Amino acid sequence: MSRNGPLALIFHTLFVIFTLAPIVVVCVVAFTPEGYLSLPTNGPSLRWFRTIARYPEFINAFWTSIWLGTVSSVIALAFSVPAALAIARYDFTGREALTALFMSPLMIPHVVLGIAFLRFFTQIGIGGTFLGLVLSHIVVVLPFALRLTLASATGMDRRIEQAAISLGASEWTVLKRITLPLILPGLASGWALSFITSFDEVTMTVFIAAPGTETLPVRMFLYIQDNIDPLVTSVSASVIAATVVALIVMDRIYGLERLLVGRGSGDR
Amino acid sequence: MAFLVLDGLTKRFGEHIAVENLSLAVEQGEFLALLGPSGCGKTTTLQMIAGFVTPTSGTITLAGQDLLAVKPAKRGLGIVFQSYALFPHMTAAENVAFGLEMQGVDKSERSRRVTEALELVGLGKFAERHPRRMSGGQQQRVALARALVIRPSILLLDEPLSNLDAKLREEMQIELRQIQRNVGTTTILVTHDQSEAMALSDRIAVMSQGRIEQIAPPHEAYERPATPFVANFLGKTNVLQAQVQSGQALLGEGRWPVPAGSPPRVLVTVRPEKIGFADGGAQALAGQVVTRIFQGNHWLYQVDTAHGRVTVIRQNSGETAPAEGEAVRLSWRQEDMSVRPAETAR
Amino acid sequence: MSAAETEDRRSWMPYLLSAPALLLFIAIVLVPLAMTVLLSFHDWGQYKGIETVFILKNWREIWSDGYFHEVFLRTFRVAFLVTLLTAVLGAPEAYILSRMKSPWKGIFLLVVIGPLLISVVARTLGWALLFGGSGGVVNKALLNLGVISTPIPFMFTETGMMVALAHVLMPFMVLSVWAALQKLDPQIENAALSLGASQMTVLRRIVLPQIMPGILAGAIIVFALAASAFATPSIIGGRRLKVASTLAYDEFLNTLNWPLGAAVAVLLLIALVLIIVGSNRIIERRYAEVFR
Ligand SMILES: Nc1ncnc2c1ncn2[C@@H]1O[C@H](COP(=O)(O)OP(=O)(O)OP(=O)(O)O)[C@@H](O)[C@H]1O
Ligand SMILES: [Mg+2]
Repeated sequence: MSRNGPLALIFHTLFVIFTLAPIVVVCVVAFTPEGYLSLPTNGPSLRWFRTIARYPEFINAFWTSIWLGTVSSVIALAFSVPAALAIARYDFTGREALTALFMSPLMIPHVVLGIAFLRFFTQIGIGGTFLGLVLSHIVVVLPFALRLTLASATGMDRRIEQAAISLGASEWTVLKRITLPLILPGLASGWALSFITSFDEVTMTVFIAAPGTETLPVRMFLYIQDNIDPLVTSVSASVIAATVVALIVMDRIYGLERLLVGRGSGDR
Repeated sequence: MAFLVLDGLTKRFGEHIAVENLSLAVEQGEFLALLGPSGCGKTTTLQMIAGFVTPTSGTITLAGQDLLAVKPAKRGLGIVFQSYALFPHMTAAENVAFGLEMQGVDKSERSRRVTEALELVGLGKFAERHPRRMSGGQQQRVALARALVIRPSILLLDEPLSNLDAKLREEMQIELRQIQRNVGTTTILVTHDQSEAMALSDRIAVMSQGRIEQIAPPHEAYERPATPFVANFLGKTNVLQAQVQSGQALLGEGRWPVPAGSPPRVLVTVRPEKIGFADGGAQALAGQVVTRIFQGNHWLYQVDTAHGRVTVIRQNSGETAPAEGEAVRLSWRQEDMSVRPAETAR
Repeated sequence: MSAAETEDRRSWMPYLLSAPALLLFIAIVLVPLAMTVLLSFHDWGQYKGIETVFILKNWREIWSDGYFHEVFLRTFRVAFLVTLLTAVLGAPEAYILSRMKSPWKGIFLLVVIGPLLISVVARTLGWALLFGGSGGVVNKALLNLGVISTPIPFMFTETGMMVALAHVLMPFMVLSVWAALQKLDPQIENAALSLGASQMTVLRRIVLPQIMPGILAGAIIVFALAASAFATPSIIGGRRLKVASTLAYDEFLNTLNWPLGAAVAVLLLIALVLIIVGSNRIIERRYAEVFR
């Protein structure tokens, strides 16, 4: 294909600078040796990264996020697989409506979800608990899990299963030996995307998390509301670094484009 | 009673009738081809036999037993799909072994039969290969071995060769025919390729719009097509309108006897390769060559006559070929034409 | 194989398979949402707390109080401008990306859409650092380059909010346009060039019309997310510059007037659903040909 002209390249350079600037600045400032926000002009220091260790609230929040992401993604996937098979395989009354319902958390502002869950969980007595967090996160990551499961279920040649049936396999055997192994890549990427979505979610979680069950982004958000100092910068830089590593790994394994094209929720 | 009997089989998808009142009997060991254009209901018929599509009405019996009462997994049929539908995460041997495993065949017996089956299709060396790393022809053979190894009562083939290139297709046709002869499994082949159907099968069932037009051995269907559709579908043909006078069809200066009781207007069907150029005499239809195309081992002519344009195919045997624009006289043998009342023309 | 090819519309299998997810959604999505709508009709008082009555007090307050109008107007104004900004910058970038050669294409695609997966809080923090109170990095750079003569206030302004939100949501626009570009046949461009069209004409007459559905689909996503954004407007806008979602948050967790907060949230939801469904309709009708 033809190359881009000089004007296009200038535009592209500015665009990339715009994209990377805020991310890079966080990572650079995180290495300041000073006690205030500044660029590490006198050489980088790990001072603020070491300081994180003295703030158990961040460490605990990190583990809460990891657990929450892991558990809710697995459960969301467990609900998605049968639903995806139903939607992909059968033409039934209410199919469109059901799909729309399962995808709806993408369209509902997360503030609304946060409020709804806060009210609901308080009423049924699980306000501020980890259980509440898990339930709410299942809902917001389910569309992602479902979309990728659905993509691989519809992409699969139905005749392969028919071939297995004609050879005498029971429905359970077909599911276990043929269907699941074949949609596994879709499941894995669905899980990964769900995990990241859960890990990043802040808007909804800020309503329902209590001091003991704060997730990392919630803790960071609340911290920033009070003051911005090098500590939260170094925490952010760590999160960024971890995400970038995960991103590169996923790009290698599954292809980021394939994972993300058609994705639909952002400032969570 | 025949081995496999389909009786009054009908399948509706909403308003659309995919298969209509189809009846068919297949003998044990027979190779039957279901031939018809795209969308005529071949796959639907096959899927009903396999049990993946439930008929709207009608019955299927296999060896006297009601097949519709049997679950697809218990029918014991071997199926080769157009896309092969191999299990991509299993090797060739694992693919072939799957059906035996489902039958609970023990391990040593299993591996013996898998090797045997792969050998039968000439893939002994490819047992540990995954389908993705095999050519189309090899995949097709794995699919065949997988279907045959369970010793199916019937082998169902849905356009198994349509994904192969012309040369490989011909090779596989020969191989398929040989394997079927050796194993002796009753086989139903779905295809839209008339030459494939004729090359492989004992009998052809020609389908059109969900119905069977004719069931006959290949040469009979070709020589004596029951309907204009069959005539047209099984190769090129000429259909000429003719008047009948005192038991003879009038075509130009030619007069061909027609069966007694023919109506005054008939359709005469003659295959292009059965028409020759006559030197003189009365039994001929006069015309003028419009185009002449050289096609290697034969010439293809379009000749304009008083009864419309006629296609003529002549073997390239070295005789002088009439040039374009030349006047010619067409003739054919009485037994090479078929006559039908004009009213039934569709 | 399409779902339509499977037969038997009356099979209970699909219902059985989707029953778990359906029950889950009824129990923890529909019920809570319904409760929230109900909540917006309840009464609240500083001392009596929430009173489960059915009154229009909160809705009347939003309807008549100029402050709420201001907040909702700001919400949709910011969302609209952010959408415009992402379209104007994101669409050309997607096109440039699609014309890059092999290793660069992949690398820059990763650079441009990768931030989508990076925590919104971290990215917004970056902008807060760049804007930095009054004399942040951005202003210094712009002053040095001579683009501006006096510093632009970014922090605690709509401008800053828009820039940061545009950054946060840009990947969605690029992805959406990228997806549309992938469907484009490169030969068509060459065909137009061979017919004597200039590069500019090809862009305007051939490429743009074909990727328009992608831009519009991206615009709907960006608009919806910008209008319901929370963390970014909250950090950049500070305590005074409210948008609908930060206002709802305030009512809930600071003022503790849950019914009023619920009314604000429900109104945001209704407005967004109407806008999204409406524009989807229009786009689908307009571009039915291209979408097919
Ligand atoms: N699940 C279905 N729902 C609705 N219509 C269907 C379904 N399956 C098949 N049909 C229709 O039934 C008719 C016959 O289909 P079938 O697949 O049997 O054709 P075919 O003869 O195998 O054609 P081809 O040679 O193209 O494979 C077609 O018109 C098709 O559109
Ligand atoms: Mg077919």
